[in-house]
Amino acid sequence: MTSLPQSTEKSLGLVIDLDTCVGCHACVTACKEWNTNGYGAPLSDQDPYGADPVGTFLNRVHSYEYVPEDGSAPGVVHFPKSCLHCADAPCVTVCPTGASLKREEDGIVLVNEDDCIGCGLCAWACPYGARELDASAGVMKKCTLCVDRIYNVNLPEEDRQPACVRTCPAGARHFGDLSDPESDVSKLVTARGGFDLMPEQETRPVNKYLPPRTREETDILAPLLDPVPEAQGGFLGWLDRTLSKI
Amino acid sequence: MNHFDPNPKISDEVRKSTCYMCACRCGIDVHMKDGKVRHIEGNRDHPVNRGVLCAKGSSGIMQHLSPARLRAPMKRTGPRGSGEFKEISWDEALTLATEWLAPIREKHPEKLAFFTGRDQSQSFTGWWTQQYGTPNYAAHGGFCSVNMAAAGIYTMGGSFWEFGTPDWEHTKLLMIFGVAEDHDSNPIKMGLGQLKGRGAKVIGVNPVRTGYNAIADEWVSITPGTDGLYILSLVHVLMASGKIDLDYLLRYTNAAHLVDRDPKSPNYGLFMRDEEGRELIFDRETHRAVPWDTPDAKPSLHGAVNIGPTHAVPVFQLMAGEYLDAKYAPEAVAETCGVSAESIRKTAAELAQVAFEQTVTLDRPWTDFRGIKHDKMVGRPVSFHAMRGISAHSNGFQTCRSLHLLQIILGSVETPGGFRFKPPYPRPVEGHPKPHFKVTPGLPLDGPHLGYPRGPEDLGVNEDGTAKRIDKAFTWENPMSAHGMMHMVIANAVAGDPYEIDTLFLYMANMAWNSSMNTAQVMDMLTAKRDDGEYKIPHIIYSDAYSSETVAFADLILPDTTYLERHDCISILDRPIGEPDLMADAIRWPVVEPDRNVRGFQSVLIDLGVRLGLPGMVDAEGDAVYKDYADYIVNHQRRAGVGPLAGFRGLDGDSDGRGEPNPDQIDAYIKNGGFWGAHVPEEASYFKPWNEGYQNWAVERGLCDKPAPYLFQLYVEPMAKFQNAAEGRGDHQPPDNVREQLKQAMSPIPIWYPPFEDDLVDNGDYPLHAVTQRPAAMYHSWGTQNAWLRQIHGENPLYIPGEIWDSQGFEDGDWAHVISAHGKITVPAARMDALNPNTVWTWNAIGKRGGAWALDPDAPEAKRGFLLNHLISELLPPKGDGLRWSNSDPVTGQAAWYDLRVRVERAGPQKRTAPDISDQKSPVGYGPDVLRQGEEWLK
Repeated sequence: MTSLPQSTEKSLGLVIDLDTCVGCHACVTACKEWNTNGYGAPLSDQDPYGADPVGTFLNRVHSYEYVPEDGSAPGVVHFPKSCLHCADAPCVTVCPTGASLKREEDGIVLVNEDDCIGCGLCAWACPYGARELDASAGVMKKCTLCVDRIYNVNLPEEDRQPACVRTCPAGARHFGDLSDPESDVSKLVTARGGFDLMPEQETRPVNKYLPPRTREETDILAPLLDPVPEAQGGFLGWLDRTLSKI
Repeated sequence: MNHFDPNPKISDEVRKSTCYMCACRCGIDVHMKDGKVRHIEGNRDHPVNRGVLCAKGSSGIMQHLSPARLRAPMKRTGPRGSGEFKEISWDEALTLATEWLAPIREKHPEKLAFFTGRDQSQSFTGWWTQQYGTPNYAAHGGFCSVNMAAAGIYTMGGSFWEFGTPDWEHTKLLMIFGVAEDHDSNPIKMGLGQLKGRGAKVIGVNPVRTGYNAIADEWVSITPGTDGLYILSLVHVLMASGKIDLDYLLRYTNAAHLVDRDPKSPNYGLFMRDEEGRELIFDRETHRAVPWDTPDAKPSLHGAVNIGPTHAVPVFQLMAGEYLDAKYAPEAVAETCGVSAESIRKTAAELAQVAFEQTVTLDRPWTDFRGIKHDKMVGRPVSFHAMRGISAHSNGFQTCRSLHLLQIILGSVETPGGFRFKPPYPRPVEGHPKPHFKVTPGLPLDGPHLGYPRGPEDLGVNEDGTAKRIDKAFTWENPMSAHGMMHMVIANAVAGDPYEIDTLFLYMANMAWNSSMNTAQVMDMLTAKRDDGEYKIPHIIYSDAYSSETVAFADLILPDTTYLERHDCISILDRPIGEPDLMADAIRWPVVEPDRNVRGFQSVLIDLGVRLGLPGMVDAEGDAVYKDYADYIVNHQRRAGVGPLAGFRGLDGDSDGRGEPNPDQIDAYIKNGGFWGAHVPEEASYFKPWNEGYQNWAVERGLCDKPAPYLFQLYVEPMAKFQNAAEGRGDHQPPDNVREQLKQAMSPIPIWYPPFEDDLVDNGDYPLHAVTQRPAAMYHSWGTQNAWLRQIHGENPLYIPGEIWDSQGFEDGDWAHVISAHGKITVPAARMDALNPNTVWTWNAIGKRGGAWALDPDAPEAKRGFLLNHLISELLPPKGDGLRWSNSDPVTGQAAWYDLRVRVERAGPQKRTAPDISDQKSPVGYGPDVLRQGEEWLK
């Protein structure tokens, strides 16, 4: 069994805006492309050109349809999902070798692949299904929050953010320190009512999701479009009055 | 503890080029390691994508390393369609091509039909084909979205697409019609994110709620083919309540132009003109008809005027007569459109409220073409975007025109917060060529193939009524087919109607699969033989980078490179990458050299042009003018000082737009990040068609040769000319059987009529509409061979509305028979509720032929993926007149694939989609069993 830090100096994580995500999967392949070249073993693909292609991804987008009970229009929510870097991460405490760990300095949950025996317990323990055992390397893979980008002195400062955030065309993904109430991401969570995924699991995820915005619909607009009254000469009367003012 | 490097140096060098998985053309940073491509990300400085990249772009490395890449030129050895080839040398391949093409050029150049698909070098391929001398050239615009392009050009000198964009910075309300993943893919996502961030509202009008429509603040689940009626109902409500911008209409449109309405007049339907040919308006103060640009005139917008023997009315009166009619009232259209009258009124009210109560004012003085100075730019911040969903119908041209009408009456086009053109647009019809058809054996064609007809005199029809082009573009059936009609080429060539051809030459056009309607029969046509055993299309030459379905049907394969191994120019002469405030173009360059015996197709065409001795490609001695495509890009001049690339011109490389060729131009682009841009001055940034500052700036940059301000054409006079001909007026007369169609379809003000298939099939037998959408992760991407993308979209179900699913007893795991008047397919099915209740849909072009794209013949794409194309014929069902009509828009010839009507029947679980097309052999073998991309760089 592996222990979690009592507290972390920072809580780095993602804020994902479900009101803006169009489900394009850009984050999915940008993540795969960066991480197959980077931290630990490549993200392998089995039968990649065959009848049953299956590969390792650290981030996937799921789409769910909803049908509101009030009869309003049904819709689709695009839901990107990767490791949420939980404060009470069950994937860490379940690890028999200490390979699964949560970093004290920034709260990132990582797998030390040298110590991973590929038992898969952590994947069973994770209620979000956010870990994938790489079939080729036999080690557990998961989102590293691009730990090899965010501090990387060989990258321009503006690029020191996770690959998924850098590439997101709609700007639906945000990265920062969620333990700092003054950070942009914390302010965003406050302003938009960001929420925890499955709080009943008591994992205290760092990542937050922003719900679809609600819009106030008013009908003060309605009187605007009454037809021009016949008493005022109808449409032609309006036309002449308006032309005379131009 | 943990062994990893937090500071990995990921590349030795970054090479900046341009992506090529769709028409978006984003800037890319290609990270090179050990001379290989390691990582691709978006270029932060690039005007199109500002650093972001989509799912395809981020999977570019898999595209580049695909096992489906062709390896060498090939000659067919087995029967057509089998996929049996032998590799040959380039010299043998080009000698063979020359042996086929040289003799027909000397006698019958029209027997070469050259059609390209998602070609991004059309200004070059068009020029090559013009020099060859055949009239038979086009790209796939006629299949794709010509209604959108042509309606925009004829109406306002530009359209959506890459012609323009919503003013993302200032718009407060955006309506998107029929937009799934489409042009421009990343800029739309970036823009939607921007609107969301500042609380602007987005309304999505689409039968299917996915992607952009999923995040729209409001979704209008319209019935396919009725968008035009819905839009004209919005116009009706806005007009009836006086919520239109009359000032804008008077200044910038032909609303006040007088139209001859005397049925006895030979000029019925045309504008009234004075002796100098200037269009007339009626001055309501002086009570005289005067030229439209008379200073201080007070134009009248209604009332009949007698001029000489004829009488005339202003365009606006015709509009009021049409759009105030009760047939456009929300209550009258609600059922047809599948949208409540309440919803239509609410949206009209919101448009009016935002346009007229929330104006945007920019403190930018400007001067209009009349010389009037304005101290501010005032805009109406409602914007619109639309693409194939409204375009790919038989009423698509008029629907696109209707949307432009709505934009214009709200006074929003080219104003702050509205829709903005991207240079080189705006460019009205007058700035585009007419189509050319004159064939002279051994010599070039007399001008560009494609263009915008001004009237019946510009059609490509012989004296005997037969078509001059193999695709029958620019005929009475489809007079304004500005992009050609690629979808008719194979059927017409095989039928020998209007004539037989010798060689079909295709580039990047998967016409034996997803780029044809009626796929299975197109494959039969490509293999059809004459009585003497010769194929009906004797020679097929195809260039592609990958082992696509069409490769199997060609006789000679000219293998292209991947996008990282080639020179290209994203040219102002073609389809540039500009932004509203930036005239821009870009290049691709070989960031790596090919490791196979392949060549960039454009360089191959230059080589072939030299072998054929084509003018412009050889000098007086017969020697090559251009060594390769890169040499052409730098040194070719279309007009003096104007060439394929506009940046870094002149011997010193410091001229913008115009200038002598610069031998170091490509290096200058590479140093600048792969692109070039010139900023539009602030005072020229809006009101471009009428803005003196913009017009002068455009002339300086070589976009046009003299200022060319123009008015928006609410009334399109060239259409009236065709309508007039149909009424029997004039020298150029259509065949009697198309007169009725022309009278309706060529209405010079926008109208709506039901999609043709609705009228021709029993709607009781085929109660449902069937459409496709492109998935964001595969859009335009030739992406099936991409190991990562195919894990996202490897198969596609037919989505069936919940009510139909329940009423027909469908259950999870069921398949469906889908039956149209033309054919039947059997496919996987899934329930969906966020869908118009009378519409079924699926993802486009996921299904693949077994053995194509170097995939296992049992790949999910072949077993559980499918094309809707099998259900759509290039011909309409018989009308009973003994003729077969093209399944196309009657104005432009755009393929009407969204007109499709079907019924579904429960099929229970199945193993494989039907029709089950036989497998093709893979000439490049198959891919590896395992991929561990990046393994070589593991420390």
